[in-house]
Amino acid sequence: MTEENKNSGLDKEEEYIINIGPQHPSTHGVLRLVVSLKGEIVKSVEPHCGYIHRGIEKMCEKLTYPQIIHLTDRLDYLSAHINNEAVCLCVEKALEIEVPERVKYIRAILSELTRIQSHELWWCSFGMDMGATTCYFYGLRDREKVLDIFEETCGGRMIVSYNTPGGLMNDIHPNFQKRVKEFLKHFRKKLPEYDQLLTGNVIMQERTKNIGIISREDAISYGVTGPSGRGSGFSCDVRKHHPYGIYDKVDFVEPLYKTGDTFSRYKVRMDEMWESMKIIEQLIDNIPEGDYCAKMKPVIKLPEGEYYQRVEAARGELGVYINSRGDKYPYRLKLRSPSLSNLSALNLLASGFKIADLIAIGGSLDYVIPDIDR
Amino acid sequence: MPFNIYDFTSFTQWIDKSLYDSLSPLWAMIWEMTIIGVAFLLFYAVIGLFLVYAERKVCAFMQCRIGPNRVGPYGIIQTIADLFKLLMKELIPIKNADKFLFNLAPFIVIITTFLAIAAIPFAKGLHAIDFNIGIFYILAVSSMSVIGVLLAGWSSNNKYSLIGAMRSGAQIVSYELSVGLSLITIIVLAGSMQLSTIVEAQADGWFIFKGHIPAIIAFIIYLIAATAETNRGPFDLAEAESELTAGYHTEYSGIKFAFFYLAEFINMFIVASIAATVFWGGWMPFHIGGWEAFNNIMDYIPPFIWFFGKTFFIIFIIMWFKWTFPRLRIDQLLTLEWKYLLPINLFNVLLMAFIVLMGWHF
Repeated sequence: MTEENKNSGLDKEEEYIINIGPQHPSTHGVLRLVVSLKGEIVKSVEPHCGYIHRGIEKMCEKLTYPQIIHLTDRLDYLSAHINNEAVCLCVEKALEIEVPERVKYIRAILSELTRIQSHELWWCSFGMDMGATTCYFYGLRDREKVLDIFEETCGGRMIVSYNTPGGLMNDIHPNFQKRVKEFLKHFRKKLPEYDQLLTGNVIMQERTKNIGIISREDAISYGVTGPSGRGSGFSCDVRKHHPYGIYDKVDFVEPLYKTGDTFSRYKVRMDEMWESMKIIEQLIDNIPEGDYCAKMKPVIKLPEGEYYQRVEAARGELGVYINSRGDKYPYRLKLRSPSLSNLSALNLLASGFKIADLIAIGGSLDYVIPDIDR
Repeated sequence: MPFNIYDFTSFTQWIDKSLYDSLSPLWAMIWEMTIIGVAFLLFYAVIGLFLVYAERKVCAFMQCRIGPNRVGPYGIIQTIADLFKLLMKELIPIKNADKFLFNLAPFIVIITTFLAIAAIPFAKGLHAIDFNIGIFYILAVSSMSVIGVLLAGWSSNNKYSLIGAMRSGAQIVSYELSVGLSLITIIVLAGSMQLSTIVEAQADGWFIFKGHIPAIIAFIIYLIAATAETNRGPFDLAEAESELTAGYHTEYSGIKFAFFYLAEFINMFIVASIAATVFWGGWMPFHIGGWEAFNNIMDYIPPFIWFFGKTFFIIFIIMWFKWTFPRLRIDQLLTLEWKYLLPINLFNVLLMAFIVLMGWHF
């Protein structure tokens, strides 16, 4: 037995070690969890990342800023638009340009639509992890409508690449406002169905309440942000605390739950869908006329210096750090991805619970593997 | 040939008599067994194909989808195509597996279903064996399937499979009690364990109506426990695809996997048909004591239609909650059985005995 194994608590004789992943239905991608079990009880979890590492941060050092946007889609592919926006905001901050009001409105609407579709897919897969297969189809049914809106306006369905430094690639489609309003009307009726199918279910509540608890202090020290952090009462919404774009002008509530268990993380996301709809409703009728893109130089060169911009992605705080040496490429680009720090708390959350709880906790953290590995 | 769809007794007796008349007793018995075996094999194929198709359609209906709709009209040939695919698939040999037990396990699972289905009365006079301890026999043989599941999990040399098999062992051993006790409640009312007698006793009203409160409680408990015993959702912990990939049959492929798959559906059919027979009158038409004209009209519907109608209705209920509920956790599963179902069941048997003694049933 090596020294390293002794310390990690693995490889002891009485423990039963299984590899959940890299190919496993409920790791939502190529994540490998080395789980040490005692019977059904999880003693420790060791996540092994890197199976889908593509070196995006390094690749960015050889790409111009408008090109980088297209790579950020591939981080957290479920909140592609928000990732684009983060890089654009960072570049705009460095260049000190003010984007037109119209752009801010459209970006916010699309961000919230992205958040809704991401949470819908999370709800689908959370249901799947719990063994309620029907959830998957209910969620996808409504998610399809958001993707149709994206397809019409952005051209892409999931990987949108609609942002560009200074604004947007194109103006919105003439149908955009109508389609969004139709979707809101539809989804206001369908969201209560989600509660009827899963939230109110006795088995679901029994399996999630008081399971996988993380305290507020631990959430802060592990950097668990987004809905997972807010489930523990950690008020960490970037849109509230460091507003960007139009968020300081809209009225919405940051849902907070105190218990920090799987169920409260679940509830935060369900509430966020309502809040996102509220934000879109405030903005959709008031999109001002104007340019869809600010005047930009053909070759964007950032002045020398360090720039950091954070946004609230669907999974938590996404930070973009650009170190520029005055070139048309960044000297160094670092991304602070929410999924990685959320995953780091998995051992703390799942130790002492059952295998089935580990899967449910993993579902409630809602990590996206390409976002972890980058 | 005396053939009557309302009463198969004379038909089966005619086959029996003509075989024994023309052959020596030993050969007659062998022929009889062969006929029954072939009949059941055909029945298995038909019911298996139908149930797989039905499940996919019901599940699609619950999940706002259409389901299979490409192969044949309404996709009815889809399951046949799937069956051929499974038959032609390679049987992947597993390294370091216990070969003998690994190959034996699917057969144990499928043979127990054969043994159990033999005692079920499909229509008047249409069953393979009519024991005087019919229910006891079914309970005994159906609990043997856990051996197959345990062997499959143990011999696969796969950690997921072993966890699945251990879960399944704990689950089936626990829920066996509830199935047994809920059937005993009805045996108290019927006063017999012979399935044909139980069905005949329901000629003036099915037991679920005759035994009112305790019979309804027993039926609900039976439905929960029977679903758990067949390893179907929300009690599919032994398979638990999101936790254990496929549980005890992870390593099986081709026709051996098909055996497990078929056994699951046949088991579902068996538990549903027992529920139909014991609680809902089996092949007995819907009768209300005293209403002669109404009873005569009901008698025009052939018994096997009554039997399959009731069975498929119960199968539909079982499918319904599989596609609605999330899966339970292993400790919740055992808590449900030992802390709730078992005490309720024991009390229910006493209640039924009291009601029978006082003559408060209909």
